[in-house]
Parts: sequence; C-alpha cells; structure tokens
Amino acid sequence: MRIGIDKDTCIGAGQCALTAPDVFTQDDDGYSTLRPGREDGGGSALVREAARACPVGAITVSERVG
Amino acid sequence: MTDTDTTTNTHPAAPVAFPQDRTCPYQPPAAYDPLRAARPLARVTLFDGRPAWLVTGHAAARRLLADQRLSTDRTRDGFPATSARLAAVRGRKTALLGVDDPEHRTQRRMVLPEFTLRRAAALRPHIRRIVGERLDAMVAQGPPADLVTAFALPVPSMVICALLGVPYADHDFFEEQSRRLLRGPLPADTMDARDRLEEYLGELVDRKRTAPGDGLLDDLVRRQRDEGGIDREQLVAFAVILLVAGHETTANMISLGTYTLLTNPGALAELRADPALLPGAVEELMRVLSIADGLLRMATEDIEVDGQTVRAGDAVVFSTSVINRDESVYPDPDALDWHRPARHHVAFGFGIHQCLGQNLARAELEIALHTLFDRLPTLRLAAPADEIPFKPGDTIQGMLELPVTW
Repeated sequence: MRIGIDKDTCIGAGQCALTAPDVFTQDDDGYSTLRPGREDGGGSALVREAARACPVGAITVSERVG
Repeated sequence: MTDTDTTTNTHPAAPVAFPQDRTCPYQPPAAYDPLRAARPLARVTLFDGRPAWLVTGHAAARRLLADQRLSTDRTRDGFPATSARLAAVRGRKTALLGVDDPEHRTQRRMVLPEFTLRRAAALRPHIRRIVGERLDAMVAQGPPADLVTAFALPVPSMVICALLGVPYADHDFFEEQSRRLLRGPLPADTMDARDRLEEYLGELVDRKRTAPGDGLLDDLVRRQRDEGGIDREQLVAFAVILLVAGHETTANMISLGTYTLLTNPGALAELRADPALLPGAVEELMRVLSIADGLLRMATEDIEVDGQTVRAGDAVVFSTSVINRDESVYPDPDALDWHRPARHHVAFGFGIHQCLGQNLARAELEIALHTLFDRLPTLRLAAPADEIPFKPGDTIQGMLELPVTW
C-alpha cells in the first residue's frame, strides 16, 4: 500500500492519527506524518478510513503496483 | 414518489425559516422535517428575509465544506447572517474561523502545536484534576445543584485558561461577555461584549510582554517580540476566539450531553456498564447533539451541486443537525446508538476550518461525562425534563441551566 500525505494541504486536524494511530502521527508542528516503519500502512485496515476522515483530503492511498 | 413530489420536496412553496428553536434540546425542530426530506440542498429563509441554500446531505456537506469557493470571511460585502446579533458584528475581523486561505493557513499554523492529539493526551491528567475538584465542590454544596454553573461551564473554562495563560480569577467577567457575545440579547450587547473582551485581552497581552508566563498567549507574545509576523491586533483576535470557542462549546456539550444521557436511561445504563464504549459515545453525542447548527458561508463563484447551481454571492448555510441525520449514512438517525460508527459526522465542521480544539474537546467530554456518572451513580434531573430551559436556535445549542440531584 502506498500512502501519500500532502503536507501543503494538511491542516493538522489529527483525524488520521485518531483513526489509525498505528500508522499516522503528528509531527512537532502538528502536521500529519507516517510512523517510522509504517510507511506502507503496516497492513492496517484503518488506513482508508483515516484518509476518509481527513477534512481536507490530504491523504491518498493506492495499492502498490509490482 | 412521483417527479412532482420530488420537486415539491426540493423547493417547498414557502421556504422554511432557518434557524428555528428546538423543541427537544438535542433534536432538530419538527419544522426542519421538510429540510430533512430535501437532500442534498434545500431553500430556507434567513431572519432578514434573505433566501439561502441549506446544505442537508452528508456527502455534499463534506464536499462543500472543503470547497474554497465558499468563503467564511465575514467582512465580505453581502456576507450572510443568521441573526441580527451576528449581522451587527459582521464587518469585524474574526481570527481563524473568519478568514480564508492563505491567511487562515498562516494563522492556524501559529497555534496548531498546542492542539494536537499528543497535546490533548498530555493535558488529560490536568483535566482529570479539574473535573475531580469541581465535583468535590459541587458535592460539598449539594444536592441539588445547577450542573451548568457548578460543573459544565467551569471545567472547560479552567482548562482553556490554563492552556492560554488567562487568569481563571477573571472568569465571571469573560464568561458573562462570552454569553453576551453569543446570545445578546440585543445586537448592541454583542458589539459591546466584543469590545470589552478585546480590551481585557489586549491589556492581558500587554502585561505578558513584560512578564511572559507559559501559556499559548505567552508563546505568541514572545513570538511577536522576537520574530514579528503577528501584530497586537491579531494576537488579541486570536485570544478572543480561542477563549470564547474554548469554553462555551465544550460547556454546552457537557450540559446537553448530561441532559441527553439522563433522559435516555437505557443508553446511559449501557454506557455505565461498559466504559470502553465511551470514545464512540462521545462521537455519537457530537453527531446527535450537533450544537453548532448553522455554519455560514458565501459563494464566491458559481458552484454546481448535484444538478443545482449555487450562484456567486449566494448565502450557504450548513445545518449540522440535519446533515448528521442523513439516513443514507446513519440509519435510524434520531436514535442514540453507541455501537454505530458515528465517525465522519460534521459536528466539528469539515474542510480547512474543522474545529482546531476538537481533540481537546473530545478529551474533556470523555473525562467529564465518565467521572460525573462514575462519581454520582444516582445523578438525576431535579426538575421535569421538559421544563428545563435551553438555548434558542440562533446560537450554539446547550442548556441554560441543568438542575440535578443525587
């Protein structure tokens, strides 16, 4: 799974980290970032739910090709 | 349903007035039923006779709240108002909530680190202590008690004071001004309350310049002194919105949430039996109560919405109580159900203006409701449920008072 976070769009609402705390967290400035070692979603079923929870659509999820 | 019926539902002959007072404090008024039948958009009439689009559909609401062709800048010519009180302060700059990007982004960035999930989690012990102390004081003086003045209002007030660096000793003053700002009753009250809050917070910020403490306002004062990029007027505007939004909204959720639980004993018993339901219950209460019911925007360009055209200059209002009862997302939407996935409600808004303090609010609500019912297992209303006064429809919803005994 490939997870993209558009940091220029992110407003730091924290909804991704609230929904899928094993994958997403907030950096010191408050913006969304992936937890180290979980850049591929770590098999979490909640990643797509986290993307849907983002109020500004800053998270994109796609299946890794190849 | 025939085509004729659909047309009638989408464009009622006499547009419904919006907002209207609720009859049950946690359900939209029955007068909104035609609006609930017209999704995703309905036509309503505002207090001054101006027609407006009311967004009623959940998917459309999420799309439109994130659409930057809808402005929230209250100083724009022709920006709508849902009450005479709001119209009176329309020309005045409001920080965060009242500015569009890119200015909004710059403002939010300055205060964001204080409102992260991590920060809310770090504040939990502090919130627990405040909640415990307020309950101790209430129990020492009662029963009975008015839960609004003894608990629902002081808890978030103390939390936001500590976070911002505002002396809680001044709470009688700023709570009263917040009340006048949000409920008037006269438009002149709203103007005057805003002036007084700005004057008070301006003096506070000036004092902090010589003796900064460790609150968020102190951090902003240091930033102003050392880096610039924010002037005094902006700092005061931040202080006003953070202080008012930081205590009024959560206080309303605590009072109305408690009322809702006490009038739904089955749901309360289930929640008591399994505290693990609590985080989901807080989301469900946010969804059902929808206390900020009427978010305002103005279209700056023509926008197509499911075959209808919102024209540039049109007033657009989001009824969160109606949106959060979209049957296609929430079956049996008026019912409290701790097991439903209530996430994705728009009670905190959506888009760039989604509530900055939502993570703090969730922590406060969880701790306040859990501790209250844990500590006082016999808590009950001390007056008939339908006689307890609550706030009118044109402001943040909540209880005016909440007589309880135990």
